[in-house]
Amino acid sequence: MSMSMATNTHALTDSWTMTRRELARWGRQPVQVVVNLVFPVMLLLMFGYLMGGGRGVSGEYRDYLVPGMLALTMAFGLEGTMIAVTQDLDKGVIDRFRSMPMASGAVLVGRAAADMLQSVLVVAVLVGVGSALGWRAHGGFPAFLGAVGLLLLFRFAMLWIGIHLALVAGKPEMVQAVQILVWPVGFLSNALAAPESMPGWLGTLVEWNPMSHTATAVRDLFGSPGAEPGHVWAAVLWPVALLAVFFPLAVRRFAKLSR
Amino acid sequence: MADAAITVEGARKNYGGRGGKSGTSGKGGKGDKGSKGGKQALDGLDLTVARGTVHGMLGPNGAGKTTLVRVLSTLLRPDAGRIEVAGHDVVREPYAVRLRIGLLGQHAALDEELGGRQNLELFGRLYHLGARRARARADELLERFDLTDTGRRPVRAYSGGMRRRLDLAASLITEPEVLFLDEPTTGLDPRGRAEVWASVRSLVGGGTTVLLTTQYLEEADQLADRISVVDAGRVIAEGTAGDLKARIGGDRIDVVLRDAGQLAAAGALLPLNGVSVDTDRRLLSAPVTDRMTALAGVVRALEESGIEAEDIALRRPTLDEVFLHLTERDDRDDRGDRDDRDDRDDRTEEAA
Repeated sequence: MSMSMATNTHALTDSWTMTRRELARWGRQPVQVVVNLVFPVMLLLMFGYLMGGGRGVSGEYRDYLVPGMLALTMAFGLEGTMIAVTQDLDKGVIDRFRSMPMASGAVLVGRAAADMLQSVLVVAVLVGVGSALGWRAHGGFPAFLGAVGLLLLFRFAMLWIGIHLALVAGKPEMVQAVQILVWPVGFLSNALAAPESMPGWLGTLVEWNPMSHTATAVRDLFGSPGAEPGHVWAAVLWPVALLAVFFPLAVRRFAKLSR
Repeated sequence: MADAAITVEGARKNYGGRGGKSGTSGKGGKGDKGSKGGKQALDGLDLTVARGTVHGMLGPNGAGKTTLVRVLSTLLRPDAGRIEVAGHDVVREPYAVRLRIGLLGQHAALDEELGGRQNLELFGRLYHLGARRARARADELLERFDLTDTGRRPVRAYSGGMRRRLDLAASLITEPEVLFLDEPTTGLDPRGRAEVWASVRSLVGGGTTVLLTTQYLEEADQLADRISVVDAGRVIAEGTAGDLKARIGGDRIDVVLRDAGQLAAAGALLPLNGVSVDTDRRLLSAPVTDRMTALAGVVRALEESGIEAEDIALRRPTLDEVFLHLTERDDRDDRGDRDDRDDRDDRTEEAA
């Protein structure tokens, strides 16, 4: 990221300033913030009550659904990250930051911090609504924290994929294409239905989806239906592997804006 | 040169086959048209701007103006050339350069959701002014750019001119030594344009060096002490607005006919050389050496031939003409300009 010594001393302050910028934006758009929090709740209610889904799920479907919806929401977070970065690129705001004597990496750190904070809020809201619907985490508090940790780790991987895609695409028009792709990838998982209920090849594909590992591991830690032991490692390794690829790619891409 | 705020020697930049994609975010792609594989955006450009002056970079879309500004403001790495801004090398000491510059890009680079004051505070903090000074500076700038009563509204709700003024305020937070304005009034209505011009003029007294790119000849004429005409990544002419006007020769005569059908006949008949024809405006235009002789000759020729003229006027050449002349991008409908073209070749050599 070609930071000189001088900018390094500002890295922390600048990252904090950039995070505060996002928080100030929240304060400016409370409705948008609420909508973003309510949307996954709406999906949860829709699938839990309207669709009457849960093909192949043994046990109470809504108990199966809450962890699935948590994982799905983390995956969809990719869109939010991508939209935000693309807008800044398009408006030239990132250019202004890069022309200033600040730690340019703070632009990405601030984005990451704000998005992770938003994800913590979404998890809290979904857990709250899930509890109101009768869902319970049975695994105890440490296991609960472990599950939340896995969800946020997955979200963190999605975040850097989102940043990378935004830097590659550069233009807001590309966001739609990604949005269209994110949905099937999100739904081709065990978030909403058990893979056993699907045709063989599809079931296999769904089981391979990294998000399915996160969902299964989280169900395991919550003691929810659909739990299978032994997925926690996969739920750690997949996001870490994705991060190992996309974090350096995104950082390199960001540095390459000056090419 | 010791008192140069900007020195550029042999700057080259090629968007290596990537069609200029990565470096032109927010440019709307309008300058990228001719860039199939590897576009030479800067082709050995030289430039010296004296401290405390306003220098205009005038050129069509894709001439390399924006690339130059991006290189000078450390956003883009040049392929070759020695480039110094405020005494520091843009490649080796980007941080030192960033401490001393302000940038106003083609589009208002602001957070649309935040208010004007919030934007200025944000940038002030990123310039490491500290919370209190950032706040004080924001208030100062809002006052100076006449935005105090709009400081709370989100930038989204600002008019184009207000947005640009706030953008300008944001690029002045640290009172930079060198300020880059990349097409500051593109997309503004005449009123917004006048607002921005007034703001830029008010800066110049303070000793700031301004590099201004524009497609508007009037803008360069109004604001710049010196003008460089840029085409295809090089400076093809440089001087004051007066110098550039002088290059195209002296005065011109314009003859507007009543009937466009008689343009060709009149063009052949009038005692003028280097006549250019504008069918839409029913206009014949030509350079003249002796104003009165030319005027008398035209009037007599029209009378004798019975061709009716609506208007005849003698005038100084506009920068537009200088520009078209120098860049050879005359896409107007002028078939009768053989002499003009010979003339033009001379000028190009002179400029090179």
